[in-house]
Amino acid sequence: MHKNSPAKPSRRAVLAGGAAALAASTIGFPSILRAADKTLKVGVYGGYFKESFDKHIFTEFTKASGIAIESVAEPTGEAWLVQLEQAARAKQAPADVSMISQTSMLKGQSVELWAPLDEAKIPGAKNVHSHLQNRYPDGRLCGVGAVSWYITLVSNTKVFPEAPTSWAELWDAKHKDQLGLLALVSNSFLLEVTATTFFGGTKMLDTEEGILKAMEKIAELKPNVKLWYRDEAQFEQALKSGEIPMGQYYHDVTGLAAADGHPVRSTFPKEGGINDSGSWAVSKASKAVDLAQVFIEYMCQPSIQALLSRKVGTSPTIDAKLTDLTPEEFAAVSSEIAPIVPRYDLYQEKADWLSQKWTELIVG
Amino acid sequence: MSKPSPRRLADYAPIAFPAGMLLAFFVVPFGIMIAISFYHRVQGGFYEPAFEFANYERFLTAFFGGVLGFSLGLSSLVAVVAVLLAFPFTWLLVRQRRQVQVIWLVFLLSVLSLSEVIIGFAWSTLFSKTAGITNLFVALGLMDQAVSLYPSFGAVLAGMVYQAFPYTVLVLYPALSRLDPTLVEAARTLGASPFRAFFNVIVPSLRNTILATIIMVFVFALGSYLLPQLLGRPQQWTLSVLITDQAIYQSNMPFASAMAVFLVLVSLGLVGLSLLFGQREKA
Repeated sequence: MHKNSPAKPSRRAVLAGGAAALAASTIGFPSILRAADKTLKVGVYGGYFKESFDKHIFTEFTKASGIAIESVAEPTGEAWLVQLEQAARAKQAPADVSMISQTSMLKGQSVELWAPLDEAKIPGAKNVHSHLQNRYPDGRLCGVGAVSWYITLVSNTKVFPEAPTSWAELWDAKHKDQLGLLALVSNSFLLEVTATTFFGGTKMLDTEEGILKAMEKIAELKPNVKLWYRDEAQFEQALKSGEIPMGQYYHDVTGLAAADGHPVRSTFPKEGGINDSGSWAVSKASKAVDLAQVFIEYMCQPSIQALLSRKVGTSPTIDAKLTDLTPEEFAAVSSEIAPIVPRYDLYQEKADWLSQKWTELIVG
Repeated sequence: MSKPSPRRLADYAPIAFPAGMLLAFFVVPFGIMIAISFYHRVQGGFYEPAFEFANYERFLTAFFGGVLGFSLGLSSLVAVVAVLLAFPFTWLLVRQRRQVQVIWLVFLLSVLSLSEVIIGFAWSTLFSKTAGITNLFVALGLMDQAVSLYPSFGAVLAGMVYQAFPYTVLVLYPALSRLDPTLVEAARTLGASPFRAFFNVIVPSLRNTILATIIMVFVFALGSYLLPQLLGRPQQWTLSVLITDQAIYQSNMPFASAMAVFLVLVSLGLVGLSLLFGQREKA
């Protein structure tokens, strides 16, 4: 490198730039400036997910639309919802459009956190599975299914040469201190898993007696759990190293890790994988609803849904027949086995009762 | 040496800035938290302004009492163990050459700069079966096969003491370095062994420092929420973990605030009590 090349920014320019960037990140760009620059802040789950989106999806979108994307790593669970809500109270939007879980969508709807979307501007939303067209009670569209994913039974291939076949494996006494499970009732969906595996379906969760019965069953697997994790990173490393060789985890991320050569596998148990989805939703504090709608329309396209399946490992939110995914490609991101669909309604209607009973179950 | 006590308003000017900062960044947020703890929780939503005691009522159960008791006990134990280790260490440190002291202090400060996340992951690796210290013991022939030392109470305690240790040393350092060295010399001249001089002269003369340090480390340890999650079983989750769950994952700010206010009040009460006993003993 030439020491005095003209292209090299002076030390002062670098410092000034750094200071400007710092100021911008703390105060936030005025929205007018951002609209002029056509930049959209998009929140996606941090880690592998965000990396894949940055690499394969956002660059393509910028090429096609001229809108630059500033991706924001959002935490999983409801942490991001809380941050968006608190920020919206202060008329701030840490991200214009974010990928939001179904439970969080419902909670956000109850306080009108999501900006209503103009369906005429997002014609592609019609192709999205109807249960992933999130609507306010009066019918206004406020979220559009972004991606679907599965939480499956994962295991370390070195520790377990044979893949497990059933969720019931989690209860097997031979797995003492070997499991990593999600710590919260609202993100582990273990109630649904238990109900489907042992009680013939999630219908039993309609009543509190049914829920308590499922919890009693879950209490039996507690000795097997080495880590109740809240954050993905807490479990992923231990799964790869074999320290915690089995548990529940995301099918897509596990597939990406396996492709990178780590000794891990994801199995769809015979009772079905847990099918969860994220929707694109726009914070009401965002000043870039128009740009967000362009983005959402782009993401609904069959070709992009197929690209997501191939590159990120998620399952399409539109009918797979509309895409050009081959049966093999579809099988890699989904399964013929009917999925376990979470009872999102519970986590809204009985949120506090469930979280209290769940904490007592796990901690007690 | 005596200073004139402040008479006019202008005499208070030097403390205006720290007082303002304290007000803006501590008193106001804490006030907001207290206010929210009385707000009404909207299930499946967020919260709305109100004045009710429901959040405190929910907390007053045997379950949360148990968790609170465990958190206080764990933090006390961490404080006592940290001081037991740090006091002799600091005593030896202040007697070293200045250069050696500086190197140690810089090292301790760098440990203090590590986040709870890094400390947690580092210890979980050290305690693991696949890459942990027990592999070293096996190589040395001390153990037959590598075992996992976490999740366990011991792991949580080790992680938290590690986190608190540099802080403890830095709190003890000024008092120990100012201690009059002639005290020990006198004791030695009168025939006390170094060991005896340490316990009969040094420790009693710094009793209040030790008590104050234990209290500060106790409060420091009380805020730990990641180490119990990473290194402990759910039975070892502290109240801070449950507060995080409510605030971050259940978006139940009023209940989280109520728990936090309760935790602050109880720890303030304990600190007050121990100070009171310290005063009595002195008198």
